[in-house]
Amino acid sequence: MLNSHSILQKNSSMNILVCISKSPDTTSKIAFTDGNTKFNENGVQYIVNPYDEWYALVRALELKEANGGNVTIVTVGEASDEAVIRKALAIGADEAVRIDAAPVDAYFTATQIAAYAKDKGFDLILTGKETIDYNGSQVGGMIAAEMDLPFISLASKLDVSGSTATADMEIVGGIEEVQVELPAVISCAKGMAEQRIPNMRGIMAARTKPLNVVSPVDASNYTAFESYALPEAKSACKMIDPENMDELVSLLHNEAKVI
Amino acid sequence: MSTLVYINSRNGLSKGDFEAVTYAKKLGGDITVVTCGGESNDSLARLGEYGASKVLVDRSVTSNDSQQIANVVTTAAQTTGANTIVFSHDLVAKAVAPRVSVKLIAGLVPGAIDVPNGDTVKVNVFSGKAYGFVKINTDKKIISLLPNSLQPEASGSACGVEEFDGQAGDPRIKVLNVKKPEGDIPLPEAELVVSGGRGLKGPENWGIIEDLAKELGAATACSRPVADVGWRPHHEHVGQTGVAIRPNLYIAAGISGAIQHLAGVNGSKVIVVINTDPEAPFFKAADYGVIGDAFEVLPRLTEAVKKFHASN
Repeated sequence: MLNSHSILQKNSSMNILVCISKSPDTTSKIAFTDGNTKFNENGVQYIVNPYDEWYALVRALELKEANGGNVTIVTVGEASDEAVIRKALAIGADEAVRIDAAPVDAYFTATQIAAYAKDKGFDLILTGKETIDYNGSQVGGMIAAEMDLPFISLASKLDVSGSTATADMEIVGGIEEVQVELPAVISCAKGMAEQRIPNMRGIMAARTKPLNVVSPVDASNYTAFESYALPEAKSACKMIDPENMDELVSLLHNEAKVI
Repeated sequence: MSTLVYINSRNGLSKGDFEAVTYAKKLGGDITVVTCGGESNDSLARLGEYGASKVLVDRSVTSNDSQQIANVVTTAAQTTGANTIVFSHDLVAKAVAPRVSVKLIAGLVPGAIDVPNGDTVKVNVFSGKAYGFVKINTDKKIISLLPNSLQPEASGSACGVEEFDGQAGDPRIKVLNVKKPEGDIPLPEAELVVSGGRGLKGPENWGIIEDLAKELGAATACSRPVADVGWRPHHEHVGQTGVAIRPNLYIAAGISGAIQHLAGVNGSKVIVVINTDPEAPFFKAADYGVIGDAFEVLPRLTEAVKKFHASN
């Protein structure tokens, strides 16, 4: 009797992994150093990448609150990233894992996470749809490929019932409502959940939650950023008389050639 | 040198598909296109005009399951011996290209905006606030081209279309329902966009945005606060945490131009800002500015466009 009860509980409770990345605060000044080969971190405040935090992590917490279970966050990063990890713990994740390496490219990062996750029995692996610094949108699909799992990309809605997940997936020309048997990898986009602000209790609790540091596995990097450039400054805005929209239309047609 | 281009033809061919084939042509060498689904042979043959020498179509794949499509692309890459694979960086490619990258041990550059210089490809980074130059270290390369980065060029003639067994395997994602967006023109693909912000004061006032969009043949968009309070659907939200777009023309009315909003639109070729506040930060990013009340300026602009269309 006790045995069957525990099996039941196992079937309904969820073991969720949320992949998080740090990213520069959305108001950060973007500049480069070392002959434009490195991002200038001087004065930059790092935050949890908004897609990872607002959508993936919060939805994971909601699913846990509804079904029971455990939410683990994982990041590939150095010791200096622990402040960002504590922020995610303060929002409500149960435990954190930091894979101790500087992320080189998406393949390197995905390989680390896949190697960590492969024998942990996660039902769901969630990522944000992209980071707001490199905007690659690659890591989720690569984790799915390395673990041979189905991948729902750019989900704007996610529900789980038993071992089946239902999601709204953005596709070219619309949205598909899709169903997949868990485990699966899902990248999360706007619409899935609302941002949560950590409260004082969460912030205090985050200090003592487990943060495990694991060693990276060997992985090559397929790509590397060689240099960066800033766009040329825009020429001054041409002001148009609000009474004279014919002039604006004429400029859009003859000068800008966009209509 | 052989290049494979994957295109998503499920909703017919789009400008992004022609751009991807044009891009492959600029790389040089032989071009094969691979696609899945039910698009007719006559339609697919048109890709020859942009430089494809043949199109392979696997009609067994009937959904957007990235695992199945990745299998088909991988098989096609092996069959053709392609050393470069080109995608149009659309919603489906974002799911498929990373899988192909792992399967083929091929470095992926997502969102390329220019032809490569050697092994180095230019991309947008920091949500369009800067450019990055990415070197691909692997022998096989995957480049996913950001839509609207180059003009499609048709010069050749139709090419052959062959049925292809891409060994897709069984689908693991079941499609329950497909929802089409409400607007006529999907926002990420739109060349002209008219967008409104809190300055419009309420959802009941969106008629003046829609009228101008209709007259221009533009898609409609909005700022984050507008989507957050539910005046407009979330899929219309452009900005750092919404959709990033790069149309030829972006007209923003009643949007102050916070840095997070600019991050979603600064790839636009031309920006027109309409705002009552001359100090609105958006004017610094604009090409043309109108200091005035959107409720007066927008209808006037709609009339001016109408007049322009009537005389051209």
